Amino acid sequence: MAGIAAFGWSVCPSLAGASRYFMEEERLTAQQWAMAIDTRKLTGQIMDDCIEACHSIHNVPDIPPHQDIKWMWTEPYDNLFYDQSHPYLSDKEDKQFLTLCNHCENPPCVRVCPTRATFRRPDGIVLMDFHRCIGCRFCMAGCPFGARSFNFSDPRLHLETIDPEYPTRSMGVVEKCEFCSHLLDKGQMPACVVASQGALLFGDLNDPGSDVRRVLNTRYSLVRKPKLGTGPKVYYLI
Amino acid sequence: MLEKALKGNILYWGWLVFLLAIIGVGAGAYLMQLDRGLVITGLNREVSWGFYIAQFTFLVGVAASAVMMVIPMYLHNFKVFGRMLILGEFLAIAAVIMCLLFIVVDLGQPQRLMNVIIYATPSSILFWDMIVLNGYLFLNLLIGWVTLQSERKQIGPPKWIKPFIYLSIPWAVSIHTVTAFLYAGLPGRDYWLSAVLAPSFLASAFAAGPALLILLALVVKVFAKWDPGKEAIQALAKIVVYAMSIHLFIIVCKVFTAAYSQIPDKLYHYRYLYFGLEGHTTLATFTWVAIAAGVTGFLVLLSSKNRQSENILAFSCLLILISTWTDKGLGLISAGFIPNPMKQVVIYNPTQPELLITLSIWATGFLILTILYKVAIGVKREVES
Repeated sequence: MAGIAAFGWSVCPSLAGASRYFMEEERLTAQQWAMAIDTRKLTGQIMDDCIEACHSIHNVPDIPPHQDIKWMWTEPYDNLFYDQSHPYLSDKEDKQFLTLCNHCENPPCVRVCPTRATFRRPDGIVLMDFHRCIGCRFCMAGCPFGARSFNFSDPRLHLETIDPEYPTRSMGVVEKCEFCSHLLDKGQMPACVVASQGALLFGDLNDPGSDVRRVLNTRYSLVRKPKLGTGPKVYYLI
Repeated sequence: MLEKALKGNILYWGWLVFLLAIIGVGAGAYLMQLDRGLVITGLNREVSWGFYIAQFTFLVGVAASAVMMVIPMYLHNFKVFGRMLILGEFLAIAAVIMCLLFIVVDLGQPQRLMNVIIYATPSSILFWDMIVLNGYLFLNLLIGWVTLQSERKQIGPPKWIKPFIYLSIPWAVSIHTVTAFLYAGLPGRDYWLSAVLAPSFLASAFAAGPALLILLALVVKVFAKWDPGKEAIQALAKIVVYAMSIHLFIIVCKVFTAAYSQIPDKLYHYRYLYFGLEGHTTLATFTWVAIAAGVTGFLVLLSSKNRQSENILAFSCLLILISTWTDKGLGLISAGFIPNPMKQVVIYNPTQPELLITLSIWATGFLILTILYKVAIGVKREVES
């Protein structure tokens, strides 16, 4: 009997009301999650803290370039916004900014993935299924922001400590920032936002009262490569 | 018919053993890759596809080019190709199998390959590439085998095979078009983001494939002592010239668009391809060698007198193969990924294990090709005697 029940559940989980079962009561919800990075508040220390918070809880291995894994990292303004730069922006040009997956509204990585191992949740977060990815790296070619990393080797060989709260990956799969969807589902804000001392704001883009919307109303902001039409959801406050 | 492949002279068996030895070495390198991951390749975060995918792209073209004999033969009743058409179809089979192998060795998780079917995703061009490549393999196996079998029985091919033959024509075009669409639809990769990519793929393929076929026909003539027919080879040579002229013309068009518009997004890639960026000029050297070889081969073959001479023809076909192979097998991928989306230059160089694995897949292709050609020529000889 239990076997039959288990079989039925494995074929059609919704029969057992599984979709409700797995959702925590206190989870944070949104129609479209978005992040605003206040570039005036970013300091080297804050950026390091954000990256450390992200990489430690997600078991991101420390591998030397250029086969490394990066979920969040720094780039000079000139690299991120080379199409909105000129030689007389001297104070901005070399300034380091944080960068991460843009969780695009119209993500090319999702479009090109042959197995739907990367997909967009109803709340706008672009996620990875590490157990479905075949490692074809089409998504890396498709991403115009260089946000994706591939496990060229076994990442566990490059981890000193492992956080048991988040899975380590096997070699041969792609990974990237997930806007801490696993934390949002538990009612917590993303790790980098918590570590940023207010430099990173996070909220629902469709809620006029959210932190992100309020700051976008008052400050001038940029997104990377808007002309490509991917609809990035990481805003840079200038 | 396969029994024909079991009888051969010392040269035949020696060649097979030689290929098997290369395959063995490459298989060893692949076991290492399975164990340690793609870390053993020169691929990196910025250039995430490399030699494997480049060979795949080139060979899809070789496979598609069989259509350059099928069209004259079946749509224009150009009987001259009848004698050696099977060589083209069997070359297509070997080439598609190599393509599939190159895709598999490029995967980070090859044991999950079937996810492409289990979680079929029509929005992904890779899904369609899987369909058209396997379909084309099936079509060529079916058509090649059935027509060869009827030839052996000295009867005309069955009527039901005709629709498959006609289907194989657009299907051949589709395999290279879909392969081009893998690249041409990606935002932010400006070297590939071009409507002319698929036509340029087809043009260079229709030069490279027939050029390879001419060389194979000449090899067959010498080693198997079976003549595919001078007229057929001459007709193929003309196809090579026409296709090469279109290929070179499209290169000029692409370079003009980038160079005259001077839009950095596009221009950087061409600068890297032709002159190198930040002192990295290795690829540029290859590019110029490819252009020199391609233009020379084309100019030489323009004269019908040169085409008539088998030695000059063979040499020019070799030049054109070097040119088209370098264009797709080296330039296409690296110039597409370099510079990266942040306009940084991170270089890719294939490693030794990567080259060994590549070589062993080529050897696998030639092994299949040798056996198939042995069967085909065995049957032809049997019928002719």
